[in-house]
Amino acid sequence: MNTSEITNLKPGDALPGRAYAPDNVQNFMYSAALWNAHRIHFDMPYATEVEGYPGIVMSGPMLGDWLTQCVIEWLDGTGQMTQLEYSNRKAAYIGETVTSGGRVLSVDHDKGSARLEVFIKNEAGDVIVPGTAVVAFDKA
Amino acid sequence: MSTAQQQLTLSEPDRKNAGSTDGLLSDDLLACIGRTSAPRTEIASRREIRKYSIATGWKKKEYLDGDEAPPLFHLALFWDMVELDKLTPDGVSIDELLPKFPLEKAMAGGLSIDYFRPIMAEDVLVATRTLTNIYEKSGSQGPIIFYEVVMRVETAAGELVLTEKTTRLLR
Repeated sequence: MNTSEITNLKPGDALPGRAYAPDNVQNFMYSAALWNAHRIHFDMPYATEVEGYPGIVMSGPMLGDWLTQCVIEWLDGTGQMTQLEYSNRKAAYIGETVTSGGRVLSVDHDKGSARLEVFIKNEAGDVIVPGTAVVAFDKA
Repeated sequence: MSTAQQQLTLSEPDRKNAGSTDGLLSDDLLACIGRTSAPRTEIASRREIRKYSIATGWKKKEYLDGDEAPPLFHLALFWDMVELDKLTPDGVSIDELLPKFPLEKAMAGGLSIDYFRPIMAEDVLVATRTLTNIYEKSGSQGPIIFYEVVMRVETAAGELVLTEKTTRLLR
């Protein structure tokens, strides 16, 4: 975004999203970065036969991170995210492609802030990770 | 009381939710509200930031270079680290802050974070976790226990970095 785009920002404006199709390598690297040994994220027989999942489960907070990427990439250095809320409502599995996105809910031009809706959707179009964020724009 | 300290207290609706002794929550269980972990200190090393940023697929150069941490990096930095014999068979560590709940099937939860300053490379950070609420609600498939944990992250100098409230559901 640039200064002109912030000035003209209005509710309903869309945040560009990204498609994510993590493979086992990325899912492993994410668990390793956290030091998370939860077997549903790397052990297929355990995930499917013991826990009853249809496949290897994408890490919930990795999906949450992709919400923040949607916000930060949209801001593109013009401000900061000051609040984030989200919940993991439904699991996603390795092999699926999920998509991030969002829209502007409200804008306070006097304060230089905006409230955003952000989401991760699965291939069926279900919102599996709904969230909201508040951003504060840098003073021009 | 500072602003951050106020965030650790229960809101009025939470107080009404807490304290129900008609269901699964005993007085002993509710007495655990307010339990706080020992402060944990970690260094936000450039290498750890880089590992996290690469694994999550960030494109922002400052994150990939490890100069500044992405917004959810603190989840990795303060993820529980225990010895092998402290892991359960499913590879999960037992959260020592939590009491034993009468329901154990963990369901989806939520996260709410207030940011006060970014995490920069080589910041020395201190995290303290507090169990701030336990309450019960009736669900269509039976009772659900909710619990909330607030993590407060400060610099070693005491500057507030973020507060995070995690809500978890047990069925």
